[in-house]
Amino acid sequence: MASYETFEYDVLIIGAGGAGLRAAIEAATENLKVGLVCKSLLGKAHTVMAEGGVAAALANVDERDSWRAHFADTMKGGQYLSNARMAELHAKESPDRVRELEAWGALFDRTQDGSILQRNFGGHQYPRLAHVGDRTGLEMIRALQDHGIHQGIEVHMENTIVSLLKTGDRVSGAFGYEREKGRFKIFSAKAVVLATGGVGKAYKITSNSWEYTGDGHSLAYHAGAELIDMEFVQFHPTGMVWPPSVRGILVTEGVRGEGGILKNSEGNRFMFDDIPDLYVNQTADNPEEGWLYTQGDREARRPPELLTRDHIARCIVREVHEGRGSPHGGVFLDIAWIKEKIPNAQEHIRRKLPSMYHQFKELADIDITEEPMEVGPTTHYIMGGIRVDADSQMTCVPGLFAAGECAAGLHGANRLGGNSLSDLLVFGKRAGEYAAQFALENEGIALEEGAIDEIAQHVLKPFDNPEEGDNPYEIQAQLQEKMQELVGIARSQESLTQALEEVQALRGKADNVHAIGNREYNSGWHTALDLDCLLTISEAIALAALERKASIGAHSRDDFPEKEEQGAGKYNTIIHKSEENTMAIRREPVTELTEEYQQIIEEMG
Amino acid sequence: MAKATFRIWRGDADEAQFVDYETEVSEGMVVLDAVHRIQAEQANDLAVRWNCKAGKCGSCSAEVNGNPKLMCMMRLNDLPLDKPVTVEPMRAFPIIKDLVTDVSWNFKVKEKMKPFTPRPPDAEDGTWRMEQEDIDHIQEFRKCIECFLCQDVCHVLREHDLHDEFIGPRFFVYAASLEMHPIDTENRLEELKNEDGIGYCNITKCCTKVCPEHITITDNAIIPLKERVVDQFYDPIKKLFRVFSGKA
Repeated sequence: MASYETFEYDVLIIGAGGAGLRAAIEAATENLKVGLVCKSLLGKAHTVMAEGGVAAALANVDERDSWRAHFADTMKGGQYLSNARMAELHAKESPDRVRELEAWGALFDRTQDGSILQRNFGGHQYPRLAHVGDRTGLEMIRALQDHGIHQGIEVHMENTIVSLLKTGDRVSGAFGYEREKGRFKIFSAKAVVLATGGVGKAYKITSNSWEYTGDGHSLAYHAGAELIDMEFVQFHPTGMVWPPSVRGILVTEGVRGEGGILKNSEGNRFMFDDIPDLYVNQTADNPEEGWLYTQGDREARRPPELLTRDHIARCIVREVHEGRGSPHGGVFLDIAWIKEKIPNAQEHIRRKLPSMYHQFKELADIDITEEPMEVGPTTHYIMGGIRVDADSQMTCVPGLFAAGECAAGLHGANRLGGNSLSDLLVFGKRAGEYAAQFALENEGIALEEGAIDEIAQHVLKPFDNPEEGDNPYEIQAQLQEKMQELVGIARSQESLTQALEEVQALRGKADNVHAIGNREYNSGWHTALDLDCLLTISEAIALAALERKASIGAHSRDDFPEKEEQGAGKYNTIIHKSEENTMAIRREPVTELTEEYQQIIEEMG
Repeated sequence: MAKATFRIWRGDADEAQFVDYETEVSEGMVVLDAVHRIQAEQANDLAVRWNCKAGKCGSCSAEVNGNPKLMCMMRLNDLPLDKPVTVEPMRAFPIIKDLVTDVSWNFKVKEKMKPFTPRPPDAEDGTWRMEQEDIDHIQEFRKCIECFLCQDVCHVLREHDLHDEFIGPRFFVYAASLEMHPIDTENRLEELKNEDGIGYCNITKCCTKVCPEHITITDNAIIPLKERVVDQFYDPIKKLFRVFSGKA
C-alpha cells in the first residue's frame, strides 16, 4: 500500500452541522477518541443558514402544547408516511435538547416571564419554535461549536470524504482528501456517523450551498445501506426570485409566522382559495382571524399562509402558470401591510426579521417594511435519505450511523418548518450515543489496503483524463438544469424516464471530466469528484419519483394528480445497490400505527 | 450583456500576482457571482471559499478594490465597472491559494479562551430566567458570523503582526458576549489584560466600520471590556472596597 496519512478514532463523524456537532459532543462524553471531518470551516455548515426556529413543545407560550401535539402535527405534516417511533422520540426529546443548548451558551429570544419565546410556524398547532430573530441556525451552530471545541474532539476542517471503507460487512473507516494540499487522509474508526446534510445542489434553483451534494446519501448507498423515500424533496415555497443571481436564496417562513401574507398580481390572497381537507378545520376562513392567530389569539385558527410547505409551493406554481404571478415569475409576500394593524410596524419587522430586512435591502434594493417581496419555490430539503433504526440511528451496515438531513424517517412526505433543527439535535445526540456504544462494544478492525489504493486512483482520474474531457462545472450545470426541469415540483412518467436517461448520459461524461492545475485547493477537481455523489442521488430521486405513481406531500405527479387509494399509498420506497451494481428499488409497507399512536393522532387531530 | 474586468489575485505563498479576467455581468450580480462565473468558465482551479451566498456564514471574506467585504453581499452596481475590480485575499492572514487564506489562528485563539460557565439553573426543569432587555446587547454580539474581516483590518494584527499577544476584535466581541452574559460566572479579565492584549487596541474603530453584521464592536464590546479591566486592576478605591467586602 502506498503511504497515506492515517488517523485512528473510536468514532468518526462526517459533517459538522448541527447533527454532526451534536453527535460528536455526545460521543466524546464517553471518553472516546472522536474525529470530526467537515468540508468547510467549522461553524459554516448549512445549519448556520436556518432562520425561523427549532421546534420543541416547551409550552412556554401556550401551555396546551405537549409532545403528543407535536407528534400528531409531525405525522400529519408527513402525510402519515413518517416512522412513528422517530416522530415520538423527536417530540419527546426536543425540549431537553433545546434547553441544553441554553446551558451551553445559546441565547434564545425571551417571553415576558424570562423563559424561551416560541413562534408560530406552518403545520404546528401551537407557537412552538424557539428562535433568535431570524438567525436561529447561527445561534445553534455557534452554541454547539463553542461547546464542542472544549470536548477533546479532533476536527479536520476543509476535508472531504470520498468513500467509506468496509472490512467484511462492517464499516471500518473512510477515505478523504484535505483541500489545502489535496493530500489523502485515511480514517480508521470503530463506528462512523454520517451527518452530511442534503442534496440541493442537484437542482438549479436552491437555497443550498456548494456543500449540499448528497455525499452522505451516496457514501451510504455505495457502502450497502438503504435509501428511503428519496422522491420527497422539499421545495420551500418562498425563495427569492429577483435579481437572477440571488434566485433561490431562502425567505424564512418566519415572515408568514409574523403575519406576512401571500398575494398574486391581482392582489388576491390566493391561499384562501385552496385549503386541503386535512387542514380545513384548523385554518382561518377570513383574513382577520388569520391575523389574530399570528398575534397569539388562542381562539383564532391559523392563516392559510401557514399551511404546509408542499401545498403552498404548489399553489404558488399554479398562480404563476395561470398568469397571476409577479413580474419576475413569483408571487408577492407582504409583511409591510402589518403597519395597518400595529404601531411601529417598521421597527417591529426589523427586530423580528433582521436578516430578511438586511438580505432584501442589500441584495434586491427592497425595503420589506415598505413593499412586498417577490418569492417563488426553491429546492430546500430532502425528507428522504439513509434508512436508520429509529432509536439508535444505525443503518443496516454494522457500525454505520446517520443523523440529520441525510438520514430519513422523521418527516415522511413533507417536513414541517422548525422540525429540522430539532431533528438535528435529537437524532444527532442519539447517533453519537449509539455510535459510542458500538465503539465500546466492538474491537477495531483492520482496513483493507487494496481497496484504498483503488479509491486513490479513482480520485486522481480527473487529472489524468484527456484535456478535451468536459469541464466539471459544465456537467454539474447540465445536471442541475435537467433535474430542475424534469424532477422538480411537477413530475410525470415521461419527465422522470427522460431524467434517468439524462443522468446515465451525464455519468458517461462525468467519468471523463478533466481537472486542470494541481491538487492544491483546486475547486475544479473538487467539483469533478462531487459529481459522483450528485449523479447517484439524482438517479435515486428520479427512480423513487417514478416508483410512486401518486401525488402526496412534496411529491407531485402530473399524470397521477391524486393520492393513492386509502391505505394503498402507505408504503416507503427503498433503494439499495444490487449485486450487479445497479440501483434497485422496492416498496415496503409503512409500519402500522399502534393503538396508542392512533389515539394520540385522533385526540390531537 | 455588459462586460467587466476582474483583477483577481492568483497564486500561493511562494508566487502570486493579479490576473485579469473579463466576464459578462448582469443585473443584481454580486462580486462572488462574477468570481464563480470566472471559475466555471475560465479558471476551474481558482480557489475561493463560500457557502451561503446570503451574508449568513462569513466564508467569502476578501478585499474588493481594497475594501474588506463579504463577496456575496458586494453588489456590482455599487462598484465602478469602467476599470478593473480588484479582488484579493484578506491580507492579515497567510495565503493558502488565490482568495483563500489560512485563518486557523482564529480557531486556536477561541479554543484557549475560558468557555461559557453558567450559574446553577433557576428553575427545576434546568432552565434560567432572563429578561429580553438584559440579553439584547449579548444578542448583538452573537450576530457575529466569524467572517474575520474585523481581524483583517485591525492594524495590531495586519501591520504589527502581534498575533501572539493580541486576540483581535472578533475575540473581544466573543469575550464580551461571555463576560456580559447574564448567567455566566467566569471571570476573564485577567486574561483580557495580559495574554489577550486588550490594551493594544487604541479604538480606531476600523473593525466596527467593516463589520457586515453592523456590530458596534468598539463601543459596545471593546470599550466596556477595557473599563472592566481598569476597574478590576487599576481603580484604587474599588480595589480597597474589594478587600473590605471580601469580593475577589
